[in-house]
Amino acid sequence: MKARAFSYFRAATIDQALDAHARAGDDARFIAGGQSLVPALSLRLQAPRLLIDITHIDALRGVRREGSYLRIGALTRHCEMLSEPLIAEFAPLLAAAAPFVAHPAIRNRGTFGGSVALADPASEFPAMTLAIDAEIEIAGPAGHRRVKADDFFIDLFETALQPGELVTAIHVPLFRADQRFAFDELARRRGDYALVGCGILATCAGDRIDDIRISFFSVGNTPTRVKGTEATLIGASLDPVRIAAAQAALEGDLAPPDSDEVPPAMRLHLARVLLGRLLGRLGEGA
Amino acid sequence: MNGSDETLLDDVDETVRVRFIVNGRKVACEVAPRETLVDCLRNALELTGTHAGCEMGACGACLVQLDGRAVHACLMFAVQADGAKIDTIEGLTESGAIADLQAEFHRRNALQCGFCTPGMLVNAHELLTQIARPSREEIRDALSGNYCRCTGYEAIIDAIDAVAKARSEEGGAT
Repeated sequence: MKARAFSYFRAATIDQALDAHARAGDDARFIAGGQSLVPALSLRLQAPRLLIDITHIDALRGVRREGSYLRIGALTRHCEMLSEPLIAEFAPLLAAAAPFVAHPAIRNRGTFGGSVALADPASEFPAMTLAIDAEIEIAGPAGHRRVKADDFFIDLFETALQPGELVTAIHVPLFRADQRFAFDELARRRGDYALVGCGILATCAGDRIDDIRISFFSVGNTPTRVKGTEATLIGASLDPVRIAAAQAALEGDLAPPDSDEVPPAMRLHLARVLLGRLLGRLGEGA
Repeated sequence: MNGSDETLLDDVDETVRVRFIVNGRKVACEVAPRETLVDCLRNALELTGTHAGCEMGACGACLVQLDGRAVHACLMFAVQADGAKIDTIEGLTESGAIADLQAEFHRRNALQCGFCTPGMLVNAHELLTQIARPSREEIRDALSGNYCRCTGYEAIIDAIDAVAKARSEEGGAT
């Protein structure tokens, strides 16, 4: 399958990219890594008249500290999420998730901002932005704005992004010494989409959980925080009884969709298994 | 389509001139924006060692090195690669960089129909550039994006493992 014919424009600045999108009457798509967009174009799930290449915009690059946040430029590639020391230090949950994102050659091209903007509910990074309470930096015709991850993911492949808007960076609160994290996923084969996956960021006082954010993927139409389950863990230490209670609480937070491959009850069971393992690791201080 | 600017769109059906450094040589060709890099390499440049398999980024037959990193040539348009340095299986072969991998694949019968082999070699080359002595588990993990429909995986992993050991013993791990 081949993409429908389109025009191609290589933007040098954010303003050029936004301007080109506006001039195309919104019949345009931004392309960076293209590891999801190119197959979608080849299958003609999408057929824009204009492709705007944002890969050469310097303002979308780089990882740096800005106050109490780590600013991760949208063009940061998945392989850089694996290797960048600042991410390992200040956003370790993202570094832990990175090896699970597709295959090495995909990670060499795919971008962090593109993954978040696409909001695939089976992808690792969108869900992890929820777990770490990240903010999405957006540029658009009306100027720049920042949206909390909690408010960004709306429905299946639907986000707070408006037509013509571009994800420019992700801002991550710096990981602290009193925090712990854990990530894992269950997949039939390494590199496949997960049957269920989860990332956790907890703030602790000794063994007591003061705050915890638990985010699942591959369990519904969007990356999914399980707030009821989180509430059962606040103020407690992670003993087996408490972990079992959290696993039971998942039923109130998750309503996995029916599918021929994985029935909802099986996916919920796998989510409980995964949560139990991750909370066990957190309890050990891992 | 409100207020669309036709001047921006009037080259939809036209070709664009792109320039690459392919296997160490400067080349230029005319491509339509919708033409993928793998099609450009195979059709315009007649470098048919890069194979077009699933054209969805799943099978790994189309792997080439773009600016030194393995990428799917089916998952990018040739226009995106304008100005890039591309090394295909032909270039890697000519340079001798993968001669030991190729010999070991041959010796261990790690290729049957050979369709997946160029992608496997590009991937193995990248893996051994990054990790001098990968475990068998790491080799399997790295190859998770390359399909072999002849089920030659075991021999492929043996071959990569043997080359990694041989290179380390020579002290010449790259």
